[in-house]
Amino acid sequence: MNLKNLGRTARRNLVTYSMVIAAYIIIQVLAAMDLLSNSLSGQLIPICAYVIMAVSLNLTVGVLGELSLGHAGFMSVGAFSSAFFSVAVGDALPTPVTLVLAFAIGMIAAGVFGVLIGIPVLRLQGDYLAIVTLAFGEIIKNLLNAFYIGVDSTGFHVSMKDATALKMDETGRIIIKGAQGITGVNRMSTFTIGFVLVVLTLIIVLNLIKSRTGRAIMSIRDNRIAAESVGINVTKYKLIAFTVSAALAGLAGSLYAHSLATVVAKKFDYNTSILILVFVVVGGMGNIRGSVIAAAVLTVLPELLRSFADYRMLVYAIVLILMMLFKQSPQIKNFCRGIGERLRLGSLFHRRKAENSSSGKEG
Amino acid sequence: MALLEVSNLGIAFGGLQAVDKFDLTIEKGQLFGLIGPNGAGKTTIFNMLTGVYKPNEGDIILDGQNITGMQPQKISKAGIARTFQNIRLFNDMSVLDNVRVGLHNQVHYSTVAGVLRLPSFYEKENIMRGKAMALLKIFGLDGVAKQKASNLPYGMQRKLEIARALATNPKLLLLDEPAAGMNPNETAELAETVRFVRDKFGIAILLIEHDMSFVMELCEKIVVVDYGRIIAFGTAQEVRNNPKVIAAYLGGE
Repeated sequence: MNLKNLGRTARRNLVTYSMVIAAYIIIQVLAAMDLLSNSLSGQLIPICAYVIMAVSLNLTVGVLGELSLGHAGFMSVGAFSSAFFSVAVGDALPTPVTLVLAFAIGMIAAGVFGVLIGIPVLRLQGDYLAIVTLAFGEIIKNLLNAFYIGVDSTGFHVSMKDATALKMDETGRIIIKGAQGITGVNRMSTFTIGFVLVVLTLIIVLNLIKSRTGRAIMSIRDNRIAAESVGINVTKYKLIAFTVSAALAGLAGSLYAHSLATVVAKKFDYNTSILILVFVVVGGMGNIRGSVIAAAVLTVLPELLRSFADYRMLVYAIVLILMMLFKQSPQIKNFCRGIGERLRLGSLFHRRKAENSSSGKEG
Repeated sequence: MALLEVSNLGIAFGGLQAVDKFDLTIEKGQLFGLIGPNGAGKTTIFNMLTGVYKPNEGDIILDGQNITGMQPQKISKAGIARTFQNIRLFNDMSVLDNVRVGLHNQVHYSTVAGVLRLPSFYEKENIMRGKAMALLKIFGLDGVAKQKASNLPYGMQRKLEIARALATNPKLLLLDEPAAGMNPNETAELAETVRFVRDKFGIAILLIEHDMSFVMELCEKIVVVDYGRIIAFGTAQEVRNNPKVIAAYLGGE
């Protein structure tokens, strides 16, 4: 394939895909050679889940230009609905079927919540989405903390009080147990499944961006009034972007939930939402490859710097502030561009060729 | 029947009657000028015609369709396109993509077809690309199609805005101070372009402009507003000699 014939975006996307595939192969080889530490191999599925989270949040924050502070809430919806399904089904279906259905349910459930939040809020302009998603994340967490759902021969029982209030007969088993969450989840997720889902997410998001729909979404970010003036249905395209973003967060939640024995709502709190936002900001808003790298690196780093773990949130806050300050600074921008050009061997080659030809003319 | 019929249009912001009893009739293919001193309400009229503001009273009929108070995106589909006084491009997108966004309602394929890269995606993208490049070529922008819109020099940005507006396949094009910030050479070139666009696309053009020689030379009919009301209407010659217009611009008794 001739790389020159591809557009700039297509080439950039190709690099992103190759990078992810290369990372997967390297890790598989390392695992086969038994060179992965226990803590790192335990991190592989969470890394995939966080990469999906960061890429999907980037669709809302970087591509659509709306701030969402409750992305973990959608992850939580996906995690609980899919885990609920797979625990409720148990061994009734073959494992791959259960897995696919569970992931689909997690995605759809989170997508539905995305639509429900998006329809009223995305009609407004300004920071309303940030405020509402912030509240959504907290509400979902507290609701799931108080939920008890059990199943027995007569069907499902739901209570908001405690396990005994479910009034089940002797065949009953509790699926969601309040703050203790869902226990006994079949740990079906593997690193390969995570990798496949990351690639799937990248295909969805990158193809979406480089299509008629994606251009409409970005035009709203760049100039809402101009977008309206050329006939873009602003609410519709905001809703599409936000719903896809929420559904992918649900997918990440499903993946994550099936790597844990116990799913608890506490895991998907405000801190998690902010953590994912940090991935997006550090990786660069609208820069999908940056999100992948930032999510992977910033998930592994705290594990490597375990002794430093107490200061982790402090460091994140400082990194976030510094990034925002530096993003506005022309000197830093030029500095980064200079480094980027020096690192890009291709352009170095081109420049040398250009210099040669111009000096040739002079001579 | 006239292309655009505006009757008794009015809007008030709080106690300020910004536009009052504004009437306008534009025929197909007409070059129409809208002039007046600063703060006369010219851009407010544009904003009502394009749905940014909802008028308090009056009717706007485009080609037999009542578009009064419709949302901007619906008015765009009905056939009015515009440019802005302070240029509003999609700055972080390429020049080509700016025009492709303009083609949004001209070439359709579904979101799913785009994500799954179905054959209709490739087919329609090719059509879109061809149309966009043809438009850019008219304005001499095909050489910079891949550059970011914000990196273009000022004059080119103005042209790109017109190209993007034309991409929506309008019946009526509204230009808000297209010659602002241009030198005499660029202004002359712009007048040529505007005339060419009118002939090539067969559309009517209504433009706001402060450069009097530009308006007088280019426009077939001119309407003059001051304090939100029409004070004069007619050909360039008629308007130029109207004592009310002279008073509004130069001050008078």
